[in-house]
Amino acid sequence: MLKINNLHAAVDGKAILKGLNLEVGSGEVHAIMGPNGSGKSTLAQVLAGRDTFTVTDGSVDWDGTDLLALPAEERARAGLFLAFQYPVEIPGVSNAYFLKAAVNAVRRHRGLPEYDAMDFLARVKAEMKAVGMKEEFLYRSVNEGFSGGEKKRNEVLQMALLEPRLAVLDETDSGLDIDALKIVAEGVNRLRSPERSMIVITHYQRLLDYIVPDKVHVLSQGRIVRSGGRELALELEEHGYGWIDAEGKATKTAAGARP
Amino acid sequence: MSEIDTWVARQRERAAHLPGAALPWLTRRRADAIARFADLGWPTSRLEAWRHTSLAFLEQQALAAPDSAAHPAATLAALRAAFDDGGHWLVFVDGQFAPTLSVIGTLPTGVTVSALSEAFNTAPDAVEAAFGTADDSASPYALNLALCGDGAFVRLARGTALEQLLHLVFIGATGAADSHLRNLIVADANSEASIVEHHVGGGATLGTVVTRVQAAQDARITHVKLQQQDAQAIHVAQIEAEQARGSHFASHSLSFGARLARNDIHTRFDGEGCETLFNGLYHVDGRRHVDHHTLIEHAMPLGTSREYYRGLVDGNARGVFAGRIIVAQDAQRTDAVQRCDNLLLSKLAEADARPELEIYADDVKCAHGATVGQIDEDALFYLRARGIDEVHARQLLTYAFAAEVIERIAHDALRKHARTALLARLPGGAMLEELL
Repeated sequence: MLKINNLHAAVDGKAILKGLNLEVGSGEVHAIMGPNGSGKSTLAQVLAGRDTFTVTDGSVDWDGTDLLALPAEERARAGLFLAFQYPVEIPGVSNAYFLKAAVNAVRRHRGLPEYDAMDFLARVKAEMKAVGMKEEFLYRSVNEGFSGGEKKRNEVLQMALLEPRLAVLDETDSGLDIDALKIVAEGVNRLRSPERSMIVITHYQRLLDYIVPDKVHVLSQGRIVRSGGRELALELEEHGYGWIDAEGKATKTAAGARP
Repeated sequence: MSEIDTWVARQRERAAHLPGAALPWLTRRRADAIARFADLGWPTSRLEAWRHTSLAFLEQQALAAPDSAAHPAATLAALRAAFDDGGHWLVFVDGQFAPTLSVIGTLPTGVTVSALSEAFNTAPDAVEAAFGTADDSASPYALNLALCGDGAFVRLARGTALEQLLHLVFIGATGAADSHLRNLIVADANSEASIVEHHVGGGATLGTVVTRVQAAQDARITHVKLQQQDAQAIHVAQIEAEQARGSHFASHSLSFGARLARNDIHTRFDGEGCETLFNGLYHVDGRRHVDHHTLIEHAMPLGTSREYYRGLVDGNARGVFAGRIIVAQDAQRTDAVQRCDNLLLSKLAEADARPELEIYADDVKCAHGATVGQIDEDALFYLRARGIDEVHARQLLTYAFAAEVIERIAHDALRKHARTALLARLPGGAMLEELL
């Protein structure tokens, strides 16, 4: 169970998250939608432990652990996974080495035996097949020269290998055509389980046609301003984000007017 | 008596005993060379090409013979173990040919591999033609000419190919405060060879090395230099190539050791359609200093040059790269790319990367770029977000940055050896071994 309470975060002194509250139960899939600049990616990065963002207030409790007290690598080992909006290219590091180092770091932490080269290859090849990645991607540098779709598949592959308890998918649909989107969504759906919570961040509702969320939240100006079921996403699809922004401003004005 | 006078006196004293002393042309060139050196002195920062790398300190400093260094036979055995494909090994200890350590396998007809000290007697005319003169380069290389008595002499007759690597191993052991070596590689038309210089040991000595390459029409010469000298050594070296029509010359310079390492690398396209690759990597830490000055002269049309240098600069160290490319008016349809990228690994490390393009032709493709930066924070976070700890992630990214240069070495065993040499320099190298 993840409990985000009154989370405030800033970058370079500029406040981005301004009192965000969110609870995600075990096995639940929550979608977070919102216009550009609302703080969606900041939330993802703060949860993953990027230190360019400063948490100025609030707390994140994750099954009794103070998530914000852990450095990024320890969050990952404890089972938090961020699927990056823009997966980073790392020339000179082979995908195989990277995946193996990551998987073994997590396995060590969980007290599981590390994979040797043979076991690892067997496992990774099976998972690659499931997300429709060719084997050659193992031997190429991490994400280097990958197309947008290949990068996102590589993210889903990592998620499958790392078996997180909490997965945060940051605009995993961005830059994908409909076929790539379907493959990525299938990969994600395959990983849904009662032990695994997911936060799916997206600008567009179309991803939610394929990854059906339990709850939908609307983020605006650093706060969750609406929460609801799947129908909320459809409402957003129909009306856009304009009314949310207007509502956000109205709330602010009203609050400011109070003596 | 200033140290310059000491060098002149030393040369006068040694000249009569140097190999080749019986050759009048050589005696004359050596005399001219020491006169030129006495006249110019050590290069100081007043000279543009030595602005960052003054050797003026050598004037005040008497050089002492090292008090300890690795045993040459053991050093060589460790090196040879990395190459299970045999190869040819020409070994020099303290600047002198060591015949008992050298192993030259069966050579194809028309290929000569010998010590320069022997070639003075066996092939004096060929040596004379390839030797070089005193007046064509900076003063340390004039000093080299005046004092060198040994090195490698390689001759490849038309159409011959040396299939295995030729290793030239220069071991600084005990017994010499300075050493001066000159390697001559004469490749006739259509010949092919890969030659590796290993520089190891050296104590606190001054070593100068000049390697001269003549690549005739369509010859293909790969030269790899792996400098892993002791942390007190001073290494000043020049590689001079001349390329005839359609020839291919690759220079890989990996500079990992020495307190001060200077490399002047130059090629000149004297015919159409020449190709060259200048590929370099340097790692310096502590208070060490490395400087590469390169020059690619596109004197004729249709030449292609690729130059990629990378530097890892740590501690208080300094890395210097100055890459000049000249495209002459006649050198139409030249295609030249030059890049130099540096990674600073500490706050006090310093890197200077200076590209210099002089283009006189109008139909050319030339691109260049130089960067000095730190580890990519986005990549670092990406690795950490996958559970890889920060220290390991930094080491991995540092290695990966440098490995791009090493991956351009085509020969498998040599590439692997270079990787191992790099990993031995980097913190956490052992953990990254499984990359190999």
